Amino acid sequence: MTLRAWVDERLPVADVVEALRHKTVPHHRYSVWYYFGGATLFLFGIQVGTGALLLLYYRPSATEAYESVQFIVTRVPFGWLVRSIHAWSANLMVATAFAHLFSVLFLHAYRRPRELTWMSGVVLLLLTLAFGFTGYLLPWNTISFFATRVGTDIAATVPMIGDGLVRFLRGGNDVSGATLTRLFGFHVAILPAIATALIGLHLLLVQRHGMSVPPSIERLDADHPRAVRAMPFLPHFLLRDLFAWTAVLAVLAALATFYPWELGDKADRFAAAPAGIRPEWYFLWAFETLKYVPPEVAGINGELLAVAFMTAGAVAALVLPFIAGRTSASRRLVVGIGLAALVFMAAMTLLALRGAAL
Amino acid sequence: MASDLEKRGGRRSVLNWLLGVCGGGVLGSIFYPVVRYLAPPDIPEAATLSVTAGSAKALLPNTGRVVPFGSHPAIVLRTPSGELRAFSATCTHLDCTVQYRPDLQRIWCACHNGEYDLNGRNVAGPPPRPLETFDVNVKDDEIAISRRS
Repeated sequence: MTLRAWVDERLPVADVVEALRHKTVPHHRYSVWYYFGGATLFLFGIQVGTGALLLLYYRPSATEAYESVQFIVTRVPFGWLVRSIHAWSANLMVATAFAHLFSVLFLHAYRRPRELTWMSGVVLLLLTLAFGFTGYLLPWNTISFFATRVGTDIAATVPMIGDGLVRFLRGGNDVSGATLTRLFGFHVAILPAIATALIGLHLLLVQRHGMSVPPSIERLDADHPRAVRAMPFLPHFLLRDLFAWTAVLAVLAALATFYPWELGDKADRFAAAPAGIRPEWYFLWAFETLKYVPPEVAGINGELLAVAFMTAGAVAALVLPFIAGRTSASRRLVVGIGLAALVFMAAMTLLALRGAAL
Repeated sequence: MASDLEKRGGRRSVLNWLLGVCGGGVLGSIFYPVVRYLAPPDIPEAATLSVTAGSAKALLPNTGRVVPFGSHPAIVLRTPSGELRAFSATCTHLDCTVQYRPDLQRIWCACHNGEYDLNGRNVAGPPPRPLETFDVNVKDDEIAISRRS
């Protein structure tokens, strides 16, 4: 009995290959955006791999965390590379996830019957940000310490449950060793478990419904047949996907090697927040917005207003497929709001970067 | 016959109800401890009333230093006119630790550009409240700061 026959008798490999042989992916002028989801998945895989490696040396306590990361980057062979890849890959993953979300938004791929694909995607983006936030504190350096104090204190603005929420996030009243172990637990166990389940669902739904063809291309196809061609998944799309992954890997390797992620100084609870302190680039727009919000707006706490506004934005994004109309006018509205959000975030980020440069 | 069926339906709904209650009880007994476990226990902290904050002579006019006050930071500063003052160093905006800015002659928070004057009053940027003021005493060149009673 050949090995192949032995496997075929036990696992449905042949069925899966047969199904993939018949699978096609629409090919048109916007299909380049299809690759960002795959790139995000690839980077997630890298995070799991490098994260597991970091766990072998990392120690999650306020007295040892900084020293253990220092040990990883200075003493462990290639430790600097593993940590640098983990940090850079996290940043690239946030970037590709945002690109994926906005391309899906602008190409209207959230429409029926892909509502659940969209919603699981929005939650996965929020989880990616949560991964970033929880992982940021783990080296226990000055910047991450104050970023975590600010970030968790924002939760205190929530009416009624604010204080309880802060205690839940911090594992106490202040950012301390208890916060470190707590965020470590979120980062390496709870968030990965939820993310893995949701990624499974997301991929299953993508398989089930196939790639969405944007309405504009659908209309074009009706007038000029062959505006959309069917590309075989095997091997054409898969090879292109692999090519995209290789390109991402090349960028990642270059960044990680030539710009190793810095460790900074060990967190000191009794030192002043250093000048020029700011969070990671993907939280900069929110950070800058908080700077401009006055303490009180019409008798309401300014922070609360800003937090409520951002929460409303996230909720609106989550339920978008159910609130967006089906007419082309309402699709234009979705594109307009999406663009406005993008421009606002970009402008706030630029302002924050300019402020830091001054 | 009909009454038999009714009886059976009645019995079934009672059984379903019982099953539901038991299932709810099982789920509750799993999730209640988990939720309680997630909320960190209150660890009472000995209230700090007074700490020493280093040499008074070493603190030159128009400078400040951050010192531990129990588990929280405090800032002690000497005004340009030579007066010693102390405040809580926790920014009332989002919990960052403030510092003294000689060029502004103000207490400044690096996180969101909040400013307090030399009396700890929030005067610029997002801070919503003034900093808590501590009493300052000097004995044998040793600064002592204490919470106002």
